[in-house]
Amino acid sequence: MIRLQDIVKTYPMGNRELTVLRGVSFTIEQGELVAIMGPSGSGKSTILNLLGCLDVPTSGSYHIDGQEVSQLSSNELAHIRAHKIGFVFQQFNLLPRLSALSNVILGLEYADSDDRKLAMDSLTTVGLADRAHHRPTELSGGEQQRVAIARALAKNPPLILADEPTGNLDSRSGEEIISILTSLHEEQKITLVMITHDARIAQHCQRIIYIKDGQVEKDEKV
Amino acid sequence: MKRSEQNVKRVFRPFSNAWGGVTSHKLRSMLTILGIVIGVSAVIALMSIGKGAEADILARIQTLGADLMMINPGSGMGAGGIRGAQGSMTTLTMEDATAIANKVELVSSVTPIYSKSLQLIAGSQNMNSQVTGTTPDYMQTYNLNTLSGTFFSDYDLQRGTRVAVLGYNVWQTLYGGSDPLGQDLRLGTIIVRVIGVLESKGSVSGSPDDKVFIPLTAMQQAVAQQRTARGEQVISSISLKVKDLEQSDKIITDITGLLRTRHQLAATAENDFTITSMEEVASTVSETMQTTTMLLGAIAAISLLVGGIGVMNIMLVSVLERTREIGIRKALGALDRDIWIQFLIESAFLTLAGGLIGVVLGWGTAILLNTFGTMHTLVSMDIVILAVSVSVGIGLFFGFYPAWQASRLNPIEALRHD
Repeated sequence: MIRLQDIVKTYPMGNRELTVLRGVSFTIEQGELVAIMGPSGSGKSTILNLLGCLDVPTSGSYHIDGQEVSQLSSNELAHIRAHKIGFVFQQFNLLPRLSALSNVILGLEYADSDDRKLAMDSLTTVGLADRAHHRPTELSGGEQQRVAIARALAKNPPLILADEPTGNLDSRSGEEIISILTSLHEEQKITLVMITHDARIAQHCQRIIYIKDGQVEKDEKV
Repeated sequence: MKRSEQNVKRVFRPFSNAWGGVTSHKLRSMLTILGIVIGVSAVIALMSIGKGAEADILARIQTLGADLMMINPGSGMGAGGIRGAQGSMTTLTMEDATAIANKVELVSSVTPIYSKSLQLIAGSQNMNSQVTGTTPDYMQTYNLNTLSGTFFSDYDLQRGTRVAVLGYNVWQTLYGGSDPLGQDLRLGTIIVRVIGVLESKGSVSGSPDDKVFIPLTAMQQAVAQQRTARGEQVISSISLKVKDLEQSDKIITDITGLLRTRHQLAATAENDFTITSMEEVASTVSETMQTTTMLLGAIAAISLLVGGIGVMNIMLVSVLERTREIGIRKALGALDRDIWIQFLIESAFLTLAGGLIGVVLGWGTAILLNTFGTMHTLVSMDIVILAVSVSVGIGLFFGFYPAWQASRLNPIEALRHD
């Protein structure tokens, strides 16, 4: 499903180069639920950007769903994001002027399948059908994150990436979100990669990849 | 979902996105398009004033008839090479007029005119006016109608009857609107009886409203008529009607040839007369007014340009402010092109709305000026269409750079932006 091989990522810093990832390799199979953990500055956000096709590696290869993406142009990457990846962000990242339903439809639009019914089904899955016409400002943090999950889920992507999905939530809402994500994983067999620094949340996953100083420190089954 | 339905959605999606962008900041959107609104309404109102004035002047010229042609004496070269004023020479004669009537084809109502400024006295009122001695043909040549009474007849002309027909303004000044028919009027040294008043023709220069008309033969008794060296009777000008406007140029050539021969001008000498056709005057006036109208339009267009810069300014702010939205859209898979088109349509949509509101305001202003003001205005459809297209064009032009900037944002950085 996902295969990273010797991924190196460097950023220009003035006239020097900052190496963030120094040869990261791992494979994630279809239907796995994986947590990526590591201290801040370890490079886990960079890994998420690469996994999410928001960025390309400096060297190394990255296969997603059988396709090599490390050399693609920005428009080709956008196409992959539209069809194969669903994002759940720490900041929710909903458009404030759109209703919950419209936000979910927006996620479908760029995948060319903006169907109202599909979006509504997705909101029902996360238990927000009755809040479909509310704007994000009228929803609690936990509800906003559920809308974001519905948006990621609606286009039925092979991969869902969650970046600190509970980072901005109180512990009760956080557990709610985690239980929604894990049950989605169990019921629909979606591949879910979650970045977190919360060990308790990571315990819900099947496998934890620890990142430190731009390298895989530990890769263990739970 | 069907493929074709998807394609339709793909086409309309940027429009609904742009609509959302515009309506989410209603006050700001209104302020942004204010410049365009003012620009477009100014263009339409000012152009309508220009067009209205042009139509007015042309209409007044048309009442004289486009087929009117006037021959005036030229300006002579005096001693020391100083050119006199036009008409200063006394070169046209009664005999010239007769010759034109007899020898030039396609002309009618050849009317000799001998006029002089004289003092008019009627009771206690007196004024100076251009007294015009002419023939009854004058009525037809200048498309005149009498308001009351009659114009003088061929019989009056032959007999030199001392009768006069008053222009509208002369009647108003001397008689204050009361019935002048049968009243005596003193013209210089002679006394004439008023037999008619003419309808007003409006204030064109040389309008018959300010003149008094008497038979040419009576005029010769009122003032001593000059004679040329060859003994011909000098007149002030000759007016005539052209039977076929298409042939104007040929008629002018024929008259020129005839008069040059009669005046015995050497081949190298300048004409000692000028021929003016109303058709030519009308087209000159029309051209001049069009230039004026364009100038008014150009001044108003500057405000459109300023409005466009305002739109660009706000679009740049809007792109900056919605950086996160752009990041989200890109993360969801929007292509650079999708973002670019969304902002471009948003900008064009703003200016289109501005243009349409401007048309309504400008048109309204034109109608108000026409109804309550003294100005005659004329809104022409081509200006309206032009103004609306230009405002959309301004949106596309000034939205281009902000939209391009939006489309180039890096999604990772855009998502991090607060």
